[in-house]
Amino acid sequence: MTPLGYYPGCSDHGSGRELGMSVHALARLAGVELKEIEDWNCCGATAAHNLSHDLAVALPYRVLALAEAQGLAEILTPCAACFSRLKGTVVRLARSADLAARMRQVTGLEYRGPLRIINVVEFVNRLLAGGLKDKLAAPLAGLKVATYYGCLLSRGENIIEGDDAENPASMTPAVKAAGAQVVPWNFATECCGGGFSMSFTDAVVDLSEQILADARAAGADCIVTGCPMCHSNLDMRQLTINSRGRGPYDVPVLYLTELVGLAAGLGPKELGLDCHFVDAMRLLSRAEPRPA
Amino acid sequence: MSKSAASKLAEHVRRATGVDVAECYQCGKCTAGCPMARWMDVVPSQIMRLVQIGDDEAAARLLSSAAIWVCAGCLTCTQRCPKKLDPAAVIDALRELSYQQGKVPASQRKVLAFHKAFLKVVEKAGRMSEIPLTALYKMTSGDLVSDVTLAPRMLVRGKLPLVPKVVRNRRQMKRIFAACRKGDRL
Repeated sequence: MTPLGYYPGCSDHGSGRELGMSVHALARLAGVELKEIEDWNCCGATAAHNLSHDLAVALPYRVLALAEAQGLAEILTPCAACFSRLKGTVVRLARSADLAARMRQVTGLEYRGPLRIINVVEFVNRLLAGGLKDKLAAPLAGLKVATYYGCLLSRGENIIEGDDAENPASMTPAVKAAGAQVVPWNFATECCGGGFSMSFTDAVVDLSEQILADARAAGADCIVTGCPMCHSNLDMRQLTINSRGRGPYDVPVLYLTELVGLAAGLGPKELGLDCHFVDAMRLLSRAEPRPA
Repeated sequence: MSKSAASKLAEHVRRATGVDVAECYQCGKCTAGCPMARWMDVVPSQIMRLVQIGDDEAAARLLSSAAIWVCAGCLTCTQRCPKKLDPAAVIDALRELSYQQGKVPASQRKVLAFHKAFLKVVEKAGRMSEIPLTALYKMTSGDLVSDVTLAPRMLVRGKLPLVPKVVRNRRQMKRIFAACRKGDRL
């Protein structure tokens, strides 16, 4: 099988490490080889498009050019923010020959394109369709899940494909395959405050609290996401929210890949479940091996 | 105000984003859905209106507004615009202009410090890592005391790597940043 290109993104090495761990664990289980782009750089995230349009395109452009030169045709980008920047750049370059020419000049690198960039939800759905579904031996029966798409897994013209931006459902098949159920709720696509975690914490606290409150009101046992920024705002910042006298909340926040990994019977440490701020290990007891 | 000044800002926005702000009919849907509107001094539909007016006074108000820095880039406005006008891209263009012209308001010092610290780390190392980013942000923003209790808790969870990962081809990163730099500002 041709290996799937892999762009870990910077948070993979630190604050968002459970995402990469659980992506790799699922890939191993499904027999899919992930080939990391050699010498990849940061996509520029929120900072680049706030200060410099050129840089916001040039940084992902270098990643695309490297991937293409390394013979990769398809890149898995598990971080929703990196995905939005990388695929956004593919779309913009395909749209404008002028922009492509300028980026060649800025970077000194050649990119013909288009590469195909896939996000973590598309990756999980592909694995499930490819046979992983039959390996989910420990279904999470009765677990109620609020599927949280946030901004970057729901919006962006020509970036998110085949889903309804106002009422996305692309995570539903994976949650159902894991034996859990999706609860209807109102904040699936509301913003958590994104990159303002440090520089505008008040906003992140307010916005993230609304999301936690609505998930709880909907009866969710946990929130499932595909974005390290959302994860850190909802999981790590839950401590800040509680310390400000709100809540208190005690809502585990899982990556979609962790949820599916649990249902596959993978070990909690392999999935990074012990790295969370809000205890997620308790969900383990919800995974029950299917009666023989 | 002269008409040529009015068209200058709208023309800049059109060139930078492809958005013709004259198409905006002020329905207010962008503002209604904006999660950050409550913290904005000029809300998204007003931003679009001020670009339409585009005279010196409107430009000054826009480029020194807190609102363009308070925008989280969530794309709700762009998603819902019935004219498909992409207000989020318009705000991106205004922010870059505000930064270039040194008009970022004092109230947004921390937000700007964070973006600059982030890009400085990426320029030096090619990748973001939490310790250099936080250290540089705290030094430049003066926001020294917040979140100090989080660091040890991140550390034990392996979320605060002591050895950052870096890009080998630093020369290429340098070249990209140099080519994107306008004047002394990025």
